Amino acid sequence: MAFKNYVLVCGGTACDSSHGIELTQNLKKEIEAAGLKNEVQIVRTGCLGFCEKGPIVKILPENTFYVTVKPGDAKEIVQEHLLKGRVVDRLLYARDPKKSLVSVDEIDFYQKQYRIVLRNCGVIDPDKIDEYIARDGYLALEKALFEMKPADVVDEITQSGLRGRGGAGFPTGRKWGFAAAQPHGQKYMICNADEGDPGAYMDRSTLEGDPHSILEAMTIGGYSIGANKGYIYIRAEYPLAIKRLETAIAAAHDYGLLGQNILGSGFDFEIEIRLGAGAFVCGEETALLASIEGDRGMPRPRPPFPAVKGLWGHPTIINNVETLANIPVILLKGAEWFGKIGTADTKGTKVFALTGKVNNSGLIEVPMGTTLREIIFDIGGGIREGREFKAAQTGGPSGGIIPPQFLDTPIDFGSLAQIGSIMGSGGLIVMDETDCIVDIVKFYLDFTVDESCGKCAPCRIGGRKLLTYLARICDGRGQLKDIDSMQKISEAMTRASLCGLGQTASNPVVSSLKYFKDEYLEHINDNKCRSGKCKKLVTYTIVADKCVGCTVCARNCPVDAIAGTVKKPHVIDQATCIKCGVCFEKCKFDAITRT
Amino acid sequence: MSKLTLDSLRKLREEKKQTIALRDSENKDVQIIIGMGTCGIAAGAKQTFGAIIDAISEKKMMNVLVRQTGCMGLCHSEPTVEVVAPDMPIVIYGNVNADVAREIIEKHVIGRQLLDNHICDKPAIDIV
Repeated sequence: MAFKNYVLVCGGTACDSSHGIELTQNLKKEIEAAGLKNEVQIVRTGCLGFCEKGPIVKILPENTFYVTVKPGDAKEIVQEHLLKGRVVDRLLYARDPKKSLVSVDEIDFYQKQYRIVLRNCGVIDPDKIDEYIARDGYLALEKALFEMKPADVVDEITQSGLRGRGGAGFPTGRKWGFAAAQPHGQKYMICNADEGDPGAYMDRSTLEGDPHSILEAMTIGGYSIGANKGYIYIRAEYPLAIKRLETAIAAAHDYGLLGQNILGSGFDFEIEIRLGAGAFVCGEETALLASIEGDRGMPRPRPPFPAVKGLWGHPTIINNVETLANIPVILLKGAEWFGKIGTADTKGTKVFALTGKVNNSGLIEVPMGTTLREIIFDIGGGIREGREFKAAQTGGPSGGIIPPQFLDTPIDFGSLAQIGSIMGSGGLIVMDETDCIVDIVKFYLDFTVDESCGKCAPCRIGGRKLLTYLARICDGRGQLKDIDSMQKISEAMTRASLCGLGQTASNPVVSSLKYFKDEYLEHINDNKCRSGKCKKLVTYTIVADKCVGCTVCARNCPVDAIAGTVKKPHVIDQATCIKCGVCFEKCKFDAITRT
Repeated sequence: MSKLTLDSLRKLREEKKQTIALRDSENKDVQIIIGMGTCGIAAGAKQTFGAIIDAISEKKMMNVLVRQTGCMGLCHSEPTVEVVAPDMPIVIYGNVNADVAREIIEKHVIGRQLLDNHICDKPAIDIV
């Protein structure tokens, strides 16, 4: 007998870390206890995207969407919903407290999304190759191997207008064409899964939720450029993704969808996993190649480009995870179909990891051309605690800081470059009025200085200098001329650095100086940080007239810096104060000022 | 597992498509709702449910959504099955055992004809 209900439990890393594994075990136990073992199937899927409200449980075919489900809720779901057919209201997602929403279709978070890359994420069990096959998996490979010549595949991808999703946006079809044009012989197909931007987890989720789509795409790529060997370069910090990839590779081998003479076509293809040790620079393609070869992960000058001279000197195509995930769909639905999605500049969709001060953080996929406002306010549900939107940051440490006036810019590679940022791999961090722009920029520079490989001087020395200036400004020791120096260094780094890391490291500096210069000036001229983040520039004082002597501040101060007796005005000892701001938040009488 | 050939891959895909289609709620125009309250289950609603699922898997019908609900209030005629099909009146069938269930799929859903001798009621209009 077929199952009457399917319980989809999100098996992404985010949900797992909020007791998703325990929840699954409890559900299993309860289902067995209720005698529903043969009627209900539990499916551990990839990331459903709505990470803010995880763990997520979706019940099919009703399409009921339960959020923030705790392991202890398993019994109620089984007893009420699965056994008696009654929806558990208290676990439904509620947009406003009065009205909870039953079906996924009603949730704003999913309304504006369009899922190509994440098509199977949260639908299939990533560990079951049969489920991937049932959703037209390996159909594109079939089509490529038996109905198309390698050159046809390259043409189709070129015509679709697909651009690399790793950051730079180079047309994928053209890249494949370069490698295909090289003389026959050893060639390689590499999947770059060295996702390293702070706050970005698109690729991890795709690999965890739909590993076979990447294997299929790499095999198609191998066929079209004439490569028989593929590598997936993935960070060792992604254990779940690695495990699912290993399972997927073994299953594909068993089915003969990898290995020799695939489906009897005569085409051979093997895929191996290579683990990176968590160096950000290894996401740069030439550094990645060095790392696979066993050398230190350092970039080399290009040309020659890897498509001509790559791994061990052989033509090599390196594609990002998200780029690859698009390939099977393009072959199935055609270049024309794909070309209709997105903007003139960039076709298709983009997956973003939406994080920061936004209500619904999570993993989203939207058509290119969607505006930041739609992403942050419609999908993301606006800023936390009703605060004011201050800025958005795309592209991680290589991206720029986008001010509110560009909220309505349709996002694609071109438009983001115009406003001084980059698409990057898809991290999207939202900031509100409590964030200090200078402090954020300092954070990013700290990251790039840490991750710079040190091979070329502009990146190694320039980054360090920028960080010194930024630290100085945050400490209240900044000078006006520092701004000029920072601008000069930034330009030199952009022009002269060897690889993308150094060339883009100054983007946060340049864009913030352009749109948030007043904040830098406030730090330098007035020794003031409006958000209170730069601790050395902040002084908390108690206004004696307003203080009623309730002692709340004194009791909450972690370092006992506040003295005073009950019903008498209190005083902060500035020498002891660590500027944590707890007193400022706790005071109910607005008697504490921050200057 | 032996290696797949082109044909066996296609066969496997067709087979699995059906099972995964049962999960999907999109692109379905026919809804079959089975009363699975205590009364329904006691009267054999589980067997009815199984017969319906098996019948639509057998006939490879992708457009049917099967779901369960609680007691419809027609406890005297359990198991009850409500069928919502386009351009047809919504009806509730009563006393649906496995045989009647198969008949519903064949005559009502595929043949687009009501099963006169099993109609029990039409759904009550909700008073909100």
